[in-house]
Amino acid sequence: MGMTVVEKILARAAGRDAVKAGDVLEPKVDLAMSHENAALVISQFEAIHEGTGIEARPWDPSRIAIIFDHRVPAESPKTATNQKKIRGFVTQHGISKFHDVRGDVGGICHQILPEYGYVRPGFVIVGTDSHTTSHGALGAFSFGVGATEMASAWTLGYAVNIEVPATIKVVVKGDFAPMVGPKDLILHLIGVLTAQGANFRVLEFHGETIRKMTTSGRLAICNMSVEAGATSGIVPADGETMRYLREEAGVTDAIAPVTPDADAVYERVVEIDVSALAPQIACPHTVDNVKDIALVAGKPVQQIVIGSCTNGRLDDLAIAAGILRGKKVAEGTRMLVFPASGKIFGQAMDKGYIQDFMKAGAVVMNSGCGPCLGVHEGALGDDETALSTTNRNFKGRMGNPKSEVYLCSPAVAAASAITGVITDPRQA
Amino acid sequence: MSKVIIKLEADISTDDIYPGRYMATVLPTETPQFCFANRTELNEKLRAGQFPKGSAIVADHNFGCGSSREQAASALKGYELNIVARSMSRIFLQNAINLGLNVVLCPAIEAEEGHDLDIQVDKVTNLTTGKTFDTVRLPEARQAIIDAGGLVPYTRKRLLESVR
Repeated sequence: MGMTVVEKILARAAGRDAVKAGDVLEPKVDLAMSHENAALVISQFEAIHEGTGIEARPWDPSRIAIIFDHRVPAESPKTATNQKKIRGFVTQHGISKFHDVRGDVGGICHQILPEYGYVRPGFVIVGTDSHTTSHGALGAFSFGVGATEMASAWTLGYAVNIEVPATIKVVVKGDFAPMVGPKDLILHLIGVLTAQGANFRVLEFHGETIRKMTTSGRLAICNMSVEAGATSGIVPADGETMRYLREEAGVTDAIAPVTPDADAVYERVVEIDVSALAPQIACPHTVDNVKDIALVAGKPVQQIVIGSCTNGRLDDLAIAAGILRGKKVAEGTRMLVFPASGKIFGQAMDKGYIQDFMKAGAVVMNSGCGPCLGVHEGALGDDETALSTTNRNFKGRMGNPKSEVYLCSPAVAAASAITGVITDPRQA
Repeated sequence: MSKVIIKLEADISTDDIYPGRYMATVLPTETPQFCFANRTELNEKLRAGQFPKGSAIVADHNFGCGSSREQAASALKGYELNIVARSMSRIFLQNAINLGLNVVLCPAIEAEEGHDLDIQVDKVTNLTTGKTFDTVRLPEARQAIIDAGGLVPYTRKRLLESVR
């Protein structure tokens, strides 16, 4: 019986010839990622070792990555103290895949990991962040865990008691219309599957549309797979994966792509044709409340956000800058732009996108998660509406339960910034 | 016996259970004060100790969706609540098991605020209506962590076994 790509990855990581959905195993961890919540991982890691007489040392510091992004620069003494504690741990154990609050090598964890070549096809990756699903874009099995589960992985070097998830095959065909792209595809798919439709399952992406998609677009769709409940999204590695790793991530050592067997067993197959897909909007307050833009166009918005681990990459900024160039952000609307990493920020400066944004009246912020999770930067007032390229619109997500958040692509966000109302970029 | 303190709709996110602005607070001794912080009345009642230990939250499908923040589970654990949901998100369910929060998957549960429940591993009885509902048993692999009292003691045991 054939195996899906995740079954193959897990079989290798657990030292087995074959596995199938439902099997319980303990895969070796190739990469273990945390952000500021490493503070809690460290305290749980120490708790595990308490009373054992065994020194609390991570199993392999070279496989641990820690990236500050959720609250950068620190918004409170408490965060600053957490970050200080983590820096001490990083130094003590020689953790080299550490990205501090910096304008050059800093950024959002889900951008930094692929950008620096930390992610490889076939890897088992755990991250203390639900959007760790992103790294499936490079053919890895990558999933979110809580802090205690991470502390357990730091201790043992493998994930304990993992059930092999069933896989839903998603086959995508057709060419996107102008101003429609990967974000619209994933929002549409979440609407089709619902917020729980892929719970405990993997979404394995196939089809001509995916093959033609750049790694940036694949990162966006794998990133938001968790919004349908998926354990992970994954695009089996192909030529584009190799191109990205060699040319953009600078990887020079051997890469071993893993692909599914032709007779792999899928729980079901979902087929999508994007040829006629319109820009999609996820309306408050669940990500699966997805509508064609025509149904919500004209809705006034007070804050536009472009950025996040979903849509803060160079191609996202290029689309938005192209729409805003020479135009002005509408009065009564404020626009915040968060490039996903210092590297992308630099590239966007070189290409003039940052200047385009600022001349249009947008505020360009430092790389990081920004207002996405309602911690700092860009809180919403009572009864205000945000239109954002981020990934969640839960009630109170941007810090105020009396506000609302609509999710969209960078093209829709930029077109709407000019008008101050939700606007179809095809008509802008 | 567990009294239902609140009945919640589907897709309750961990942002709802534990809002992002309190995520710099990580210690299980400190997180309970921010449990359901955006639901002012519920939060105040929790903090005032108005609900006895073992009280229940009943929820529709996909409880705990969204962020992996473990504070959501530790905040609920702080009040020793029972969570009875029609289904739960993967990460929240795992975090709950890892921290020893009592969670029950009960796909057909019907209960209202104020009802009394008898919560067993294999079934939940609504003592107010007299109806009984089957639970979905957790996989054996999960049971080992529950039996150990959570993932910290479980991993400690595995660590000690590995160096023997």
